[in-house]
Amino acid sequence: MASSVVSSLQHAAAAGHRPLATRDADWVRYTLTAVALGFLALFLLLPLVAVFAEAFRRGIGAYFTALNDPDGMHALKLTLLTAAIAVPANLVFGVSAAWCIAKFNFPGKSLLITLIDLPFAVSPVISGLIFVLLFGAQGWLGHYLDAENPALPWLQAWLIEQDFKVIFAVPGIVLATVFVTFPFIARELIPLMQTQGNDEEYAAITLGASGWQTFWRVTLPNIKWGLFYGVILCNARAMGEFGAVSVVSGHIRGQTNTLPLHVEILYNEYQFVAAFAAASILALLALVTLVLKSLVEWAHARRHAADAAS
Amino acid sequence: MSRSHRSVIPGFGLSLGLTITYLSLIVLLPLSAAFIKTLGMTWEEFWTAVGSPRVIASYRISFLASFAAASVNCVFGLIVAWVLVRYPFPGRKIVDALVDLPFALPTAVAGIALTALYAPNGWIGSLLAPYGIKIAFTEIGVFIALTFIGLPFVVRTVQPIIEELEPEFEEASASLGANRWQTIRRVILPQLVPALLTGFAMAFARALGEYGSVVFISGNMPMRTEITPLLIITKLEQYDYKGATAIAVVMLVTSFTLLLLINLLQKWSRRHHAV
Repeated sequence: MASSVVSSLQHAAAAGHRPLATRDADWVRYTLTAVALGFLALFLLLPLVAVFAEAFRRGIGAYFTALNDPDGMHALKLTLLTAAIAVPANLVFGVSAAWCIAKFNFPGKSLLITLIDLPFAVSPVISGLIFVLLFGAQGWLGHYLDAENPALPWLQAWLIEQDFKVIFAVPGIVLATVFVTFPFIARELIPLMQTQGNDEEYAAITLGASGWQTFWRVTLPNIKWGLFYGVILCNARAMGEFGAVSVVSGHIRGQTNTLPLHVEILYNEYQFVAAFAAASILALLALVTLVLKSLVEWAHARRHAADAAS
Repeated sequence: MSRSHRSVIPGFGLSLGLTITYLSLIVLLPLSAAFIKTLGMTWEEFWTAVGSPRVIASYRISFLASFAAASVNCVFGLIVAWVLVRYPFPGRKIVDALVDLPFALPTAVAGIALTALYAPNGWIGSLLAPYGIKIAFTEIGVFIALTFIGLPFVVRTVQPIIEELEPEFEEASASLGANRWQTIRRVILPQLVPALLTGFAMAFARALGEYGSVVFISGNMPMRTEITPLLIITKLEQYDYKGATAIAVVMLVTSFTLLLLINLLQKWSRRHHAV
C-alpha cells in the first residue's frame, strides 16, 4: 500500500513533463477514464442507488413503517447474533493459525494454508448442504436419533429430550456462517505476520517476557490493523451471507430468518418497499464496511510512509 | 517438527493443535460428508444424477455465463485498474473504495437491486424494452449478475502489479524507438498476463458457485436459466439428498481444480514478477 501511494505520487509529479513515449496521449487518458468510470457507474453505483430509490419510492413514512416490523426486527437480531458468534470464533482461529504458520516451520505448512482457503472455493449452497448432510433428518445425526440400537442410548435419549435441532434452527445458521467466513481473518494475518518476521518476538523473549506477554505486548500491536481489517471483512460476509444460510434455515418467520433471508421473503411476496427497506439496512452495512476498510488502508499507508521517512 | 521445537518462541503445540482441530471440525469433516454420501450411491445412480438433461443444461448456463462474465471483467477490470493507478482524477480514492462493493454488499441485496434495474419496467430494462431486448429473466440477466460479483477479483489482482511496474522498462522501450502502443503491447501487457489470468480464474470460480445475486434476476427456468447451485437447492427441497449431493460433488471437484490452478497461477505470477 505504501508503494502505491509513493508510486502514484511519482506519477502525479511526473505526469506533466514526461515524454509522450512513456505516457499515454491525452485522448487515451480521457477515453479510458470515461470507459472505466462509465463501467463502474453502470455496474456498481447504479445497483446501490437503486436499493435506496426503491426503498424510498413511497416516501420516508412508508420506509420507516416497513422497517418497523417485528419479523424484520427479529431477523436483524438473529443476524447480529450470528455475526457475534461467527466473528470471534474465526478471530481466535485466525490468530492461532497465523501464529503457528508465520512463527514456525513444519512439514505440511503449505497444505495447511491451502486447506484454510478451501471454504472460499466452495459454493455457498454447498456450504449449507454439507451441514444438512451432517445434521439433517437424513443426515448422520438424524439417523442416530432414529437408530434402533444407538451406540450411546443415554445420549440419544438426552438429545431427543432436549429436542435437539441444528438444521432449520439457529445452530445450523451459525455453523454455516462460521464455515463461509472461516478464512477471512486467517488469510489477512498470515502474510502480514510472515513479512513482519520473528525478530521482535525473539527480542521480547530474550528480555524475559513470557509467551503470552510477548503476544499481547509485541505481536498484537504489530498486527492490530490487519486484524481489524480481517474482522471488518469477516463481519460483512457473516451478516450478509445468503446462500448457505438459505439452505439450513428453513425460512421460519420470526424464528430462523436472518436479514438477507427476510429480504428474499418480502421480495417474493411482492412487498417491494419493505424488501428494499430491509435491503437498505444491509446496503448501509456494506457502505460502512467500505469506509472502515478504506480508513484502515489509509492509516496503514500513512504509518508505512512515516516509517520509511524516519 | 524437530526444528520448530528448538524455536525459542512458545505456543507451537497449542496454536497448531487449535488450528487443526478447528479446521477439521468446521471444514474438513463437513466437506467429507458430501463425498461419503456419494460413496453410498452406485455408479449408475451417480451418473443419472449428474448427467440428466436438466443438470447438463444447468452446467451449460453456469459455465457459459461465468466464462462470459469473467472475460468481460478481464477487459474492464484491466481498464479500471490501469485508470486507478495511472491517471489521477478527483475522487479517485472514493472510486477505488467503491470497487470492493460486490465483496461488501450481501448477494441477496445485489440480486434484487439488479432485478429492479433490468426488469422490463426498471430503469435500464424500460430503456431496452422498446427494442425487444430483455435482460432480466434471461441468460443475459445471469451474465449481468455474475459480472457484478466478479469485477473486484480482476481489479484487485491486477492493480498491485500495475503499481509495481518499473517505469524504467517503459523508458528503455521508448528510448529504443518503440512507440507507446508497441510499449504497451510488448512491454507492459506481458507483465500483466499472469495476474490477469489469476483474476479471471478467481472471478470464474466465484461465478460458478454464485447463488444469491443470480436467483432473483435469472427467472430460474429449467433447461434455460437454472444455474447449478439453484438445482442443488431444488433437489434438496424435493428431499432428493443423493441427487443434490452428487451434483455438489461435481461442483466441489471443479472448484478444487480451479483452486489448484489459481495457486499455480499465483506462483507463476510471483516468479514472473520477481524476474
